[in-house]
Amino acid sequence: MNSYNLKYFQYNDNSLLISWPERIDENINNDVNEFKNRLETGFKHILEIRSSYCSLLLIFNKKIDNINRLIEKLKNLYLSRKSLNKYDRILWNIPVCYENRFALDIDVISKQNKISKQDIIIRHSKTIYSVYLIGFLPGFMYLGGLDNTLHIPRKKEPRLRVPKGSVAIGGEQTGIYPQQSPGGWNILGNTPINLFDKSKDIPCFAKPGDRVKFFQVSEDQYKLIEKEVEFGLYELNKEVLND
Amino acid sequence: MIKVIDPGFYTSIQDKGRFGFQNYGVPVSGCMDENSAEIANQILENLTSSALLELTMTGCSLEFKKDTIIAVTGSDMNAKLNGSSIQMYNKIDVKKGDLLSFDRFEYGFRTYIAFQGGIKSEKVMKSRSMYNGITKSFKIQKNDKIVLNNSINKSRSTNQEKIQKLILSDNIECYKGPEFHKLSKENKENLLKKQFSISNNHNRMGYILNEKIKNNIKPIITSHVMPGTVQLTPGGKIIILMRDCQTTGGYPRILQLTNSAINILSQKMTNSEIKFNIK
Repeated sequence: MNSYNLKYFQYNDNSLLISWPERIDENINNDVNEFKNRLETGFKHILEIRSSYCSLLLIFNKKIDNINRLIEKLKNLYLSRKSLNKYDRILWNIPVCYENRFALDIDVISKQNKISKQDIIIRHSKTIYSVYLIGFLPGFMYLGGLDNTLHIPRKKEPRLRVPKGSVAIGGEQTGIYPQQSPGGWNILGNTPINLFDKSKDIPCFAKPGDRVKFFQVSEDQYKLIEKEVEFGLYELNKEVLND
Repeated sequence: MIKVIDPGFYTSIQDKGRFGFQNYGVPVSGCMDENSAEIANQILENLTSSALLELTMTGCSLEFKKDTIIAVTGSDMNAKLNGSSIQMYNKIDVKKGDLLSFDRFEYGFRTYIAFQGGIKSEKVMKSRSMYNGITKSFKIQKNDKIVLNNSINKSRSTNQEKIQKLILSDNIECYKGPEFHKLSKENKENLLKKQFSISNNHNRMGYILNEKIKNNIKPIITSHVMPGTVQLTPGGKIIILMRDCQTTGGYPRILQLTNSAINILSQKMTNSEIKFNIK
């Protein structure tokens, strides 16, 4: 059982930051989310746990009075597991229309990376991505695992209005804009589904540690799904992974 | 009910903020100067979590459509009821038809108006704090109607001098940030000895300082930030994140303000001077 050397750091009166080795690495992120899962089920006075690529932020509902004792407890808990606890990860299948109407930067990607549009779509929709983080905007998932040939730097001048649902690439990651916003990622498609629903107790369907895969839909299918989403009839296709 | 005659420069409804949704990328929001806001609610014996109005730099103008009691705290913007000055940090009886207005501000930057019972506006994700994309609008508009909760509480007044002192303080108390140890010795000394001032680039999301320090630290892999996190950009700019900040960031986090320091900073404006002190 692989354990990492974690660093514990008091962030303010009632928060503590736990840091893993600083790398974008699927194994590290799995370990982060596995520890988060165990903390959620058995640690006292936690108001909220936030996870990122290689760190966890623990926010307590009261001031930390004995930081050394707290760190000791956390260390013991981290090391106490016998094997990597299996937890269910969900794979979400998300429809994307890559037609020109939506794919505002697909020509740029094609030209700059010397790859055909068809290849871009195939490579973008064949990968199973890891949800490393939700941030930047409410519901914005940073997805890791993008095919090397699709890596492309952010645009020098960000767009003032990236349309809602835009599927885009920024550096070595891909993601979806949950609402219209300014943004510098290169857009290659659009999804008709909602990424963020503020009326729900859990506003995002996915959580960090889950997996995401895209599947291509035509413009007609896009319109149909858009209608279904509007009337609350569309159900996202999901699979439970237990690896 | 209260009718907004003139919303002022940036007036929004705020409470203690939105907790438990940061893992989904939702900012905390809430009153920038929690201390002044809490006191306004305390004066009216409201719950400290009651929603109130936060005014920024300029006052607003409100017409009351029913009797109520209000309290004004924070920045002194010369509050007036029907044209006559009113006392801050006191309960003020307001009658139907009265007009609340403000003049130029004397000190501080943000004023709070609490209403007996608190504001009853849309609650999204357990909070009434306005934020773009979460609530219907992010600030109040002309002709908005502000509805209040019913309440039969008594009220009391409080110690104004103590709060005034806090608002005028330039002492920004903080913790070392997660990347503080990566700063050079010279940089650490500069950060803690120099006087800094606030640039004209400041809002509910963050305050950028005028003075730069050398940056010898590389960006980090995107990680957690909170209200009060002090970031250092590659160009040496210092950014202090405030209540509406995003939940993650990639700049090194060199300091973390205490909650009370965030309150103090909220009352600062362009060119106000501050000093960082490690707690």
